[in-house]
Amino acid sequence: MSVRNILLGCATILMVASLYLVFIYVPTEATMGVVQRIFYFHVPLAWVAFLAFFVVFAFSILYLWKRAEKWDVLASASAEVGTVFTTLFLATGSIWAKPVWGVWWTWDPRLTSALILWIIYIAYHLVRSYAGGSRGPRFAAVVGIVGFIDVPIVALAITLWRTQHPGPAIFQGGLAPSMMLTLMVCLITFTVLYALLMLIRIAMKNDESEIRRLKLTGN
Amino acid sequence: MENVGYLFAAYTIIWLVVFGYVLSLSSRQNKMKRELESLKEALKEQPPK
Repeated sequence: MSVRNILLGCATILMVASLYLVFIYVPTEATMGVVQRIFYFHVPLAWVAFLAFFVVFAFSILYLWKRAEKWDVLASASAEVGTVFTTLFLATGSIWAKPVWGVWWTWDPRLTSALILWIIYIAYHLVRSYAGGSRGPRFAAVVGIVGFIDVPIVALAITLWRTQHPGPAIFQGGLAPSMMLTLMVCLITFTVLYALLMLIRIAMKNDESEIRRLKLTGN
Repeated sequence: MENVGYLFAAYTIIWLVVFGYVLSLSSRQNKMKRELESLKEALKEQPPK
């Protein structure tokens, strides 16, 4: 059995468990009502996006240092998965904001820095495809390294500035044990999903390189 | 059960995007595998230089 199939099996089982915990097990929060259940997927989506961008940061440094293609493969694969997850945490956050704040979007420090993060990694993909040749990966690596500065800003925005976004309840003991358990299972689920998507994307990148090599060398 | 619509919308978007992304990855990968195979076949049939 391949690692990919093991991860696929784990992700499926964990996803079913997460849905059970989110929709059946965990009690409805008293202030916000059912809409608070968005939190259990919204936070893990953000966590995986941050993890993915840290991977981009680390492998971009390695790529610029060693100039080995494998580091660029890992960085670009992670950037793509991270961008998908960032799109989702922005979208779910906006849907949560409408019934709770009365608006879909507000230029709050947390939201604004998160939107900037999304734009940075869209730029990463654009730079990569438009710079072309060996410059694409190099320029993208620089964006991946510099862009990572925004990740701690997004994470700390709720403590650094006055913001409408809920505070770090997870670290302040503000969550009931059942809510904490649900959140932790969802965090593990999305981390496993990230690992699975990374494996698929890396395999594709390797196929791409092989095709390029065969076309170029002919053997 | 106020605001159930928002909850439904959020989870629907998550599932649509995740499934859409996985489907696009799988179709791109299959296309690439076919291209790789046909390229290898074509190279095998080529007379040695």
